Amino acid sequence: MSTAAIAHETVPSHWQHRHLLDLERLTSDEIRTLLDTATLLKEATDGCRRKLAVLNGTTIVTLFFEASTRTKTSFALAARRLGADVVDFSASSSSLSKGESFIDTAKNLEAMGIDAVVVRHQTPGTPHLLAQHLSVGVINAGDGPHEHPTQGLLDIFTIKERLGDLSGITVGLVGDIAHSRTARSNLWGLMKLGAKVILCGPPTLVSDRWRELGVEVSHDLDAIVPRCDVLNLLRIQFERQNTRPFPSVREYAHLYAMTRDRLKRAKKDLLILAPGPINRGVEVTAEVADCPQSLILGQVANGLAVRMAVLWLTCGPRAAARTGGESSSSATRIY
Amino acid sequence: MATLLIRGGRVVDPSQGIDRIDDVLVRDGQVVAVGLAGAQPIGKADETIDATGLVVTPGLVDMHVHLREPGREEDETIETGTQAALAGGFTSVACIPNTEPPIDTQAAVEFIHQKAARADACNVFVVACVSRGREGKELAEIGQLVEAGAVAFSDDGAPVYDAELMRRAFEYCRMFDKPILAHEEVLELSRGGVMHEGLVSLVLGLGGMPAAAEEVLIGRDIALAEVTGGRLHAMHVSTGGGVALIREAKRRGIRVTAEACPHHFTLTDESLRGFDSNFKMSPPLRTAADVEAIIEGLVDGTIDCIATDHAPHAREKKMLELDRAPFGILGLETAVGLSVTRLVNSGRIGWPRLVEAMSTLPAKILGINRGTLRPGSVADITLIDPNLSWTVDVSSFRSKSVNSPFHGWTLQGRAVATIVGGRVKYRLG
Repeated sequence: MSTAAIAHETVPSHWQHRHLLDLERLTSDEIRTLLDTATLLKEATDGCRRKLAVLNGTTIVTLFFEASTRTKTSFALAARRLGADVVDFSASSSSLSKGESFIDTAKNLEAMGIDAVVVRHQTPGTPHLLAQHLSVGVINAGDGPHEHPTQGLLDIFTIKERLGDLSGITVGLVGDIAHSRTARSNLWGLMKLGAKVILCGPPTLVSDRWRELGVEVSHDLDAIVPRCDVLNLLRIQFERQNTRPFPSVREYAHLYAMTRDRLKRAKKDLLILAPGPINRGVEVTAEVADCPQSLILGQVANGLAVRMAVLWLTCGPRAAARTGGESSSSATRIY
Repeated sequence: MATLLIRGGRVVDPSQGIDRIDDVLVRDGQVVAVGLAGAQPIGKADETIDATGLVVTPGLVDMHVHLREPGREEDETIETGTQAALAGGFTSVACIPNTEPPIDTQAAVEFIHQKAARADACNVFVVACVSRGREGKELAEIGQLVEAGAVAFSDDGAPVYDAELMRRAFEYCRMFDKPILAHEEVLELSRGGVMHEGLVSLVLGLGGMPAAAEEVLIGRDIALAEVTGGRLHAMHVSTGGGVALIREAKRRGIRVTAEACPHHFTLTDESLRGFDSNFKMSPPLRTAADVEAIIEGLVDGTIDCIATDHAPHAREKKMLELDRAPFGILGLETAVGLSVTRLVNSGRIGWPRLVEAMSTLPAKILGINRGTLRPGSVADITLIDPNLSWTVDVSSFRSKSVNSPFHGWTLQGRAVATIVGGRVKYRLG
């Protein structure tokens, strides 16, 4: 595939999905296609700054049942860069607060002739439920602690931009694995692309049961830091916990925060990611967050590229069908 | 005098040690005899059923059914629930008192009896609350409830959480020889949970309900039954650890019985991968090892009986996000098919054990005069085609709700006729 392919609005024929619900059920080839497409779109849009017209006439709804600034904005920008119309459906001001079920709400939106829903919800599986009940595309923007596929993809995209091939590299996912959708999406994506994954945190947040999937589990950050090529520092999700899984933030930071001392024992070219919003001083100290190895802001920028890829792959065929292929030769659509 | 002759079926009645091809003669709502040799000559029976190729059993008894009335008639009513029972082959159900209001007064018991009489389908035996208002604070008026006809006591839906109250309940019920049907769950451990805590819940990011939440309370109640001499009946046992605790308690002579549900010996937590709320129930679907332990418990008698925990929920309540949808699934109309398919036709247990688990023992635990074809007993009889292959279709259910995870499954074995008090109340087709 080339930039020309994007201009010609032809989604690769081996991409068969109308939805993006999770990374667990994608093949490694499909994940590569997503990442390659993100690279092409990043180039074709001059680093996500210019617009394409490949989703002209497409309407995408962002349906967020949980607070979000970065993800929703990123999806909306990505959709507009591809020429789609974006409507934000604010769950709190809607009839949901009048007791309507979320499926009925989504069906109402569908009846308005939209093409895809980007959904965030606090309950795992909610995007899957919508995909069963709606005929439009469903893109998971985070379902509870289950998955956040575009965040996983953009983390992997960011690593791949720096390191190239992922096979054989060691990635440590550190922190609140129990409540982290980002951890799960990273885990599947990284494993499928051949990286070695280490999950690290206290046993109350990192179950030994993860080993059954073939990943390494460690409760000792100091022991794994020297072996890692990448560290992804996951936020402690205080809001999802019944009982606090560690005695105090101070103790957690003492055992698991990425500090300058720990950085000294790491490989020289260690990459540091944090999907944010970060709690400075808890998962990572300010000096490490802002150090040269930190890709934290680069991650945010790559979010656009990855989300453009997801939107184009899932909505592109529908958009192309609507224009009847009449634009198939118009390279001028890149403007 | 009305007579009914059931000819040539395989009569399986563990209460008399019967398992043979024979006839059953019924007169005026009572069993006259199994086998005509001992019966007076009857000439021609008023009605004859050819039971060739069928299994003829004492009427099946489901000791764990949520009929939802009063209070939640949008899910089920006594009429629709007892019709569903008949279609499932059950001649008797015991209804659980977590209704709105809960069944904790004589008047409430009387209401159920009257509604059941009006429905005129299967027998309904009333389980009443252990605690007043199911609040877990003080005992309900158990003596008066027994007088009104309550056969057992339960706060099901929730455990009796106060250990001292549970102890008092065991002690107090002992004077009426009534069992306490216990929902075993440590709520702090299962809080926020929607499924079994294990690898699958971990991967799906769904809140887990650990096996220990069930086992800790089974352990407590065994200890309380031992110290009081009371009768514990552990409801819907779902874990291998629970089976082991009950096996050991029985060995030590503690008065404990137990039930298992068809879904717990059929499905595992893997079923939740589709995020379908029809697989959400409490206790949750466990692992393959637990399923095997439940089956072993049924084989060796640690688990006395099969009960459905029939829990109807209107469609709109189940069509919600997994954490907002209520716990529970239908059971009455699939129990025979699942039990025959999973346990009998697979060779794990024989028909006598199945009939014991679905009729003899639940009747015995509840102390009701059912579960037998002895001469003079009430003529509650179920006819089962053991080889009938059929596809579960919730749209054909008599239940008011459709929340079954088995829709579309092909099962073997189905009740083809259900006879209550000598009257044929249900015939398939």
